[in-house]
Amino acid sequence: MNSVPLNAYLVVAAALFCFGLYGSLTRRNAVGILMGVELMLNAVNINLVAFWRYLTPEHLGGQVFAVFIIALAAAEAAIGLALFIAIYRTRDTVNVEDINLMKW
Amino acid sequence: MNLFVILAFGLMALTTLVGAFGVVTGRTMFASGLWLVLSFVGVAGLYVLLEAPFLAAAQVLIYAGAVAILILFAIMLTRRVMSETPGGQTNNQWAVAAFVAVMLFVVLLGAVNQNWQVSDKAPPPDVLTRLGEAFLGQYLLPFEIISVLLLAALVGSIIIARE
Repeated sequence: MNSVPLNAYLVVAAALFCFGLYGSLTRRNAVGILMGVELMLNAVNINLVAFWRYLTPEHLGGQVFAVFIIALAAAEAAIGLALFIAIYRTRDTVNVEDINLMKW
Repeated sequence: MNLFVILAFGLMALTTLVGAFGVVTGRTMFASGLWLVLSFVGVAGLYVLLEAPFLAAAQVLIYAGAVAILILFAIMLTRRVMSETPGGQTNNQWAVAAFVAVMLFVVLLGAVNQNWQVSDKAPPPDVLTRLGEAFLGQYLLPFEIISVLLLAALVGSIIIARE
């Protein structure tokens, strides 16, 4: 009854994770790095829900874990963006190459 | 029916990945933020195809609604510097980063390609009810902890962003 194989979802999630990784490694704007992290969290969520649907559809653990990850991602985005706005206010930039205050 | 599901999956996967490509290659951060919304909507479509309607609704409300708007706000509040920076939006390590990402994709393809013990069962018809009962029964403690964490993050972000 499942016309789309599980592997198709996993490959899409893997590609999404790699896009997110590339974005967070290359962006110079701190907000862009956060966007890459959000893409990676979404890829993990796709994997969780796909494994739930195809391997253990009678146990809801996969969906519950995905909801927790969504809540964590929302908290992470709020804290991260508050930090960027605070940094922008004091140092006038969100370019991570210029924010080297704590660099050894 | 089967053909329709496969077409819908292809369309949603394409939406997600095109959006993600736009996020990492957008010329301005604002364009990247709009591509991010497209990618989130594609992921919500994948949840619908996986028969997880609650997660699809949460994805649209929380990600495409709240998180994306928050990110667009942050871009517009900090935008003066980045749009005209010489050298564009990416740093000088993009070639190495692309190599790492492609290699990770190849490794993940190898890890994904195995015979999973796929179950033939359909999800229970009252999946939404059971999800709510699971949150307030079996998973009550993590549920309460994540509520406290969200409250702490809310208060913390207000304190940090206050001048």
